[in-house]
Amino acid sequence: MKQWFRSGTPWIWLTGGAVTISIVMVVGLLSLIAVRGLSHFWPGSVAEVTIFDPRTGETSSVMGEIVRSETITAQMAREGGNPVGEDQDLVTRYLFKQGNRDQFGTDFVWHFDSTMQDVRYPQGVMVIERREWGNFYGFPVALMTDGLVTVTADDPAFAAQLEVALARAIERANAQRVIERRDVGRINTAIERIRLTERGLELQQLPDEELASQRAELRAQREALDAEYDVLRMQMDELQRERRRDSLVMAMTDGREVQLNLSTVIAITQPNDMSLLSKFGHYFAKIWEFLTTEPREANTEGGIFPAIFGTITMVFIMSIMVTPFGILAAIYLREYAKQGPLTRMIRISVYNLAGVPSIVFGVFGLGFFVYYLGGNIDRIFYEAALPSPTFGTPGLFWASLTLALLTLPVVIVSTEEGLARIPSTVRQGSLALGATKSETLWRVVVPLATPGMMTGLILAIARAAGEVAPLMLVGVVKLAPNLPIDGEFPFVHLERKIMHLGFHIFDVGFQSPNVEASRPLVYATALVLVILIVILNLTAISIRNRLREKYRSDSD
Amino acid sequence: MMTDSTSNALSSRRQSRLPSPELRAKRRRVRMFKNGLSRWGITAAGFGVVFSLALIFIYLFYEVMPVFKGATIDHEVTFQVPGDAQPLHLSIERYQEMGLNYGADGQVTFFNLDSGEVRLQDQLVGNDGADITVFARGEDIGGLVAYGYTDGSVKLARADYQVTFPDDQRYITPSLTRPYGDTPIQLDPEGAAIIQLGLQESTRGARSAMLVGYTNDGRYVTARLTTRENLFTGAVETQVARGVLPALPAQPQTILIDKEMRSVFVADVAGYLHYVDIRNPREPVLQHSVRAAPGEYITAVDFLVGTVSLIVGTDSGRLSQWFLVRDAENNSILQRIRDFKSHPAAITHIAPEYLRKGFIVGDASGTVGVHYGTSARTLLQQQMVDGAIAGIALSPVNRRLVVLDQDQNLHVSELWNRHPQISFSALWNRVWYEGRSDPEYIWQSSSGNDEFESKFSLVPLSIGTLKAAFFAMLFAMPLAIMGAIYTAYFMTPKLRGAVKPTIEIMEALPTVILGFLAGLWLAPFMENNLPAVFSLLIGMPIVMLLMAFLWRYVPAVIRGRVAAGWEAALLVPVVLGFGWAMVSISPYIEVWFFDGSMRQWFTDNGITYDQRNAMVVGVAMGFAVIPTIYSIAEDAVFNVPKHLTQGSLALGATPWQTVLGVVLPTASPGIFSAIMIGFGRAVGETMIVLMATGNSPIVNFNIFEGMRTLSANIAVELPETAVGSSHFRILFLAALVLLTFTFILNTIAEVVRQRLRQRYSSL
Repeated sequence: MKQWFRSGTPWIWLTGGAVTISIVMVVGLLSLIAVRGLSHFWPGSVAEVTIFDPRTGETSSVMGEIVRSETITAQMAREGGNPVGEDQDLVTRYLFKQGNRDQFGTDFVWHFDSTMQDVRYPQGVMVIERREWGNFYGFPVALMTDGLVTVTADDPAFAAQLEVALARAIERANAQRVIERRDVGRINTAIERIRLTERGLELQQLPDEELASQRAELRAQREALDAEYDVLRMQMDELQRERRRDSLVMAMTDGREVQLNLSTVIAITQPNDMSLLSKFGHYFAKIWEFLTTEPREANTEGGIFPAIFGTITMVFIMSIMVTPFGILAAIYLREYAKQGPLTRMIRISVYNLAGVPSIVFGVFGLGFFVYYLGGNIDRIFYEAALPSPTFGTPGLFWASLTLALLTLPVVIVSTEEGLARIPSTVRQGSLALGATKSETLWRVVVPLATPGMMTGLILAIARAAGEVAPLMLVGVVKLAPNLPIDGEFPFVHLERKIMHLGFHIFDVGFQSPNVEASRPLVYATALVLVILIVILNLTAISIRNRLREKYRSDSD
Repeated sequence: MMTDSTSNALSSRRQSRLPSPELRAKRRRVRMFKNGLSRWGITAAGFGVVFSLALIFIYLFYEVMPVFKGATIDHEVTFQVPGDAQPLHLSIERYQEMGLNYGADGQVTFFNLDSGEVRLQDQLVGNDGADITVFARGEDIGGLVAYGYTDGSVKLARADYQVTFPDDQRYITPSLTRPYGDTPIQLDPEGAAIIQLGLQESTRGARSAMLVGYTNDGRYVTARLTTRENLFTGAVETQVARGVLPALPAQPQTILIDKEMRSVFVADVAGYLHYVDIRNPREPVLQHSVRAAPGEYITAVDFLVGTVSLIVGTDSGRLSQWFLVRDAENNSILQRIRDFKSHPAAITHIAPEYLRKGFIVGDASGTVGVHYGTSARTLLQQQMVDGAIAGIALSPVNRRLVVLDQDQNLHVSELWNRHPQISFSALWNRVWYEGRSDPEYIWQSSSGNDEFESKFSLVPLSIGTLKAAFFAMLFAMPLAIMGAIYTAYFMTPKLRGAVKPTIEIMEALPTVILGFLAGLWLAPFMENNLPAVFSLLIGMPIVMLLMAFLWRYVPAVIRGRVAAGWEAALLVPVVLGFGWAMVSISPYIEVWFFDGSMRQWFTDNGITYDQRNAMVVGVAMGFAVIPTIYSIAEDAVFNVPKHLTQGSLALGATPWQTVLGVVLPTASPGIFSAIMIGFGRAVGETMIVLMATGNSPIVNFNIFEGMRTLSANIAVELPETAVGSSHFRILFLAALVLLTFTFILNTIAEVVRQRLRQRYSSL
C-alpha cells in the first residue's frame, strides 16, 4: 500500500479523474440542453388525474401534460403547507401543465403522489394553442357560428368542419397580418417621412411662399395616405368581424364549458389519439415552427425567428467590418512593421485585448459609438428627427461595430499565425524572381494564409454570436418590432434595434413573467445557439488542422 | 517542323517580344506605385487598428477624468443689489434667469440676474405698528420663508414662478404667494417680539409647517400650522397648534427644524448645539447638548438637503458635519461626522445645494468655498470679494451662484460643480452615511427620492468580483491543471485527440448559456440536493483512489487489454455512478441528519443561504474558465522537451516522480500564466454572475450568499443612468478598473509565456 502510494499511481489516477470530471461535465451539460431543448416539441400525452385532498376530503380532477417530477423530503413539503402524512419521509410530486390560464389563473400546478388517485389518458382531449393565455386543454363540445351551434362533437362531421373553420380563421388572420404589417407599415413609414421632410423644411429657413407651397404639397400627400389607410382600416375591420364568427365550445376537466373564439386559435392537436408517426410529424413541424415564427406573449410562446435573424445580420455586418481591418493590421504587424521592442509591445497589447472583459467593450461602445459618434451623426444628418435619436441610440450598427472591435484581436492573432506558418523560402523565392514586396504579399503570401484568416473569421463569428454582455448596452432588445432587413428603402436598417439569441435566453429565462412556461423555450434557444457555435468552432478547428497538415508536408 | 520552330525562336530572339523600353519603364512605375500604395495602405490600416484599440483606454480615461476635477467659478457680472433695504436672503429660480431678494424692510424684489433689472416688487406687511425683527427660511426646495415681528407674529410667504412658452420662448412670471394666509400668525400668544425664528415645511401629505421662535423675554414658542382648503369657496384656512420648548442655557444663534418635524436643533451663542426631540408635541425633550468645537463659537449653521445633516461653521473658519446617531444606550445624540477644509476667517454664510449633499460657504474674508458632504471634498476655495460675505444664493441646478458683499454689491458667477460626490476616499474607504450608525462600505447608486444620498463605494463591488473569481478559481484550478498534466503527459494520444478539442470547444460556449443553466437549473438543484453537493465534493477523490486501488486486483488478463493512459476513460462509469448514487441518497441524508431540509438546517445554525450564491457561481464560472486554464497549461506541459523527461525516466524515476521533479518545474511558468489568464477571465465575466447571483452588493465571503461584481453592476446600471452624470462616470471608472486589471494580468501572463517559450527552445 505504502509502496503503491509512493509509486505515484494513485495521483496519476486522480489527475485522470480531473479529466473525467471535466469531460462528464461538458457532455452532461450539452446533453442536458439537448434533451430539455428537444423534448419541448414532443406532443406529450395529456393525463387526467383525480386528486384527493385529505384535508377537505374532496376530490377534484386535473388534466394536463406531466412536465416533470421530483422527490423531496416530507419535511420540506410540510413546510410548504402541503398535506403530507406523518409517516412519510420522502414524497414525490408531479408538475402538471394544465393550461387554461384564463380560467384557472395558473397554468402549472404541483400535485403530490399520495393525492393522485388514478391516472387516465382519455381519448379525444384537445390541446389548443392560442394566441394568448397559453394552451387550452379540454374536450370539444360543439362548433358555433354567429352564436348558433352548427355541429356537435359527437357528430361524425365535426372533425372535418372544425378543420375547415379553423383553416378559414387562420387564413383570415394571416390576411389581416399582411395588411397590418406590410400595408399599414408602409403608410406609417411614408407619413413619418413626410413629417421629417416638413421638419427639415422648417430647419432650412426657406422663404415663406416656398415653405407654404411645399407644405401644401406634403399635406396633400398625407391626406392621400390617410385615405388609403381608411380603406385598409375597413378591410381589417371586415376581416376581424369575419374571424370572430366561429367559435368552439370546450368542456374543461371540472365540467365547466368555455367558448373559445376560433380567431384566437393557432393550432389544435389531439395528442392522445395520435400515432407515433404522426407524433413525429408534429414534432418536426413544431421545431420548424419554432425556428421560423415570431415570439408571442412576451416571448414565452412562439418561435425565435427574429432572434436568429438578428444574430445573423449582426454577425454578418460585423464580419464585413472586422475582416479587412483585422487582416490588414496583422499583415502590417507581421510584414511591414519593424520587428523591435515597440512592435512586440503592440503585439502583446493587441493579443491581450482578447482577454479584456467584453462588458468593457460594451461600455466603450455605448459611450463612444452610440453617444459620441451617433449623437454627432444625428446632429449632422438627422437634424429633422431630433430630439428622437436615429443613430444616437443603441442599434444594429453600433452593436456590430462594438463586436468588430471585440473580435479584432481574434482575427489579428489568427491571421498572424497563418502568416507566420508560411515558410520563408516561399517568400524569398518570389522576391528572387523579381516580384515586388506587394506582389509577393498579395499573390503568394496572402493566398497561402487564407485558411488562417478563415479560421480567425470563424472564431470571431463564433465569439460574436455568443456574446451578450456588451450587446445589452449597445443595441439588443427583448422585442424588436421590425427585422433589421426588410422591403422598405434602404432595406438594411442599420439604426434599428435587433433581437439576439443570447440576449433572448437571458431575457426569457430571467425577466419573463411566466418562468415555468418559458423554461423549455430557453433550453431550445440555448440548443440552437450551442449548435451554431459548436459547428462554427468545429469548422475553424478542422480548417486549422488541415492547414497544419498542409504546411507540415510542405516543409518536409 | 523542327526547322520552323527553330527559325521562329531565332527570329523572336532577334525581334524581342518584350514590350518597348518606355512601356517597361511605365509598367515598372506602375508596379512601384502599387507597391508603395500597398505599403502605405497596410501601414495606415495597421496604425488605424492599433489606434482604435488604444482609443478604448483613451476614451474611458476621458470619460472618467471630470469626476476628479474640482469646481470652478467664473465671474459674470456685478451690480448693486436691487431693492431698497439690506437683503436678508437671496435665491435663484431654477431657470437661473431671475434672482430674488428678501429685504430687511419686508420688501421682496424679483430681478433679472444678468442685469439687475427689477421684474417685480412686493411687500410683506405685518400688523400695524409691528416691525420686522427676524427672518427664517425652510428648506430651499420648498422656498417657504417667514418674517418675525415685534408683536410676536410671523408672516409666511413663498416665491412662485409660472413658466409659459409664448412663441416657443420661455417666459417666467414671478409672484409672491402666501400659502398660510395673508394675515400674520400670532406665534407668541403673549405678544413678545420674536428675535430668533426657525421654520420648516413638511413635504409629505397635507401642507403643514412648523415654527419655533425665541422671544426677547427668553422663551421658546412653537407653532404647527396646518391648512385646510374649503372645497366650495377655495379659501384656505390655517390652523395653529401652539406649544413651548424647554429653556436652554444660552441665547440661540440659529434654530433649525427637520422636515419630519421630529427634532429641533438650536445652535447657541455659547458655541453649543442642542437637540430637542419634539416627536411628542406636548412634551418636547432636550435630548442632547454638545459643544461644536472647544474654544470656538458657532457663526453659521444650516441643514444639508433632506434636513438630516447639519453643517456647522465656527468663528475660526472651521466646518464640520453633524447628524443624529444612536449611541450605545440607543439614545439619539448629535455626532460630529466629518470635517471639511477650514476657511481662513469666520464662516458667515452656508448655502446648501438643492438636490445633493453639497454646500457653499462664505466667510468673513470674502472667500467662497465649495464643499460636499458625503465625499468630504472641498472642491474650491476662492477669494471672491473684499471684506465679509453677507449672503450667497445657489441656483437649484448648481450652475449659477450669486455672492453678496458688505457694500451691497451682488456678484453673479457661473459655477461648474458637476461631480462632487466622488473622491478616492468616497470610493474606497468606509463612509459614514446619513442615518447609519457607523461608517460603512455601501453601493447604492440611486433611489426614487431627490434627497437620497448616493452611496458610491466600489469596495462591495470589488469584493464581490474577487469573491466570485476566487470561488471560480477554487473549483477550476485543481480540475484544469490536474487535467492538463494528465492529458499532456499520461493520456494516450488517441484519447487526447478527442479530449482536448472537446474541452477547448467549451471555451467558446456562450457564457449566457452557462449563466442561465446556473441560475435556472443548478441553483435550485443544489438547493434541493445540498447533501449530494458536499458528499460529491469530499467523496469523489476518495472513490477515484479506491478505483485505482481496486484496479490492481483486477485480473491481469483484463488489465492487460487496457493500455496505460486510459485511466480517465475507466473512471467515467465510476464518476457517473457515484454522482447518481449521491444524488439519489441525498434526500435520505437530509431526513436522517438534517431534519428533512439541509437548507433549513443552515438557517437554523445562523448561516444565511441564498439560492443563487457564490457556490453556484463558483461552479458555473469555474466551468467557464476550466477550458482557458486547461488549454494553456496543457500546451505548457506538453511542450516540455522530451529529452528532459526521458532522461529522468532513464535515471529510474517513476512517471509521477518525473512529473513532480521535472515536468512541473519546467512548465510552471506556463501554468502560472494559464492561471493568470483564467483569473482575468473570471474577473471580467458578466453574464454568469448576472444570472447566477442575486446581484446584491454585500461585503462578505460567505459561500452561501451572493454578490454583485463590477461587470454585472455595469450591465445592470449603465443602461438606466443619465449620460454624463456622476453615476455614469463611475460606471466608466469601473470599466476602466476592469480593463486595467485584466490587461495587467494578461500582460504578465503573456510575458511569462514568451519567456517560457524561449527557455524551451534553448533547452
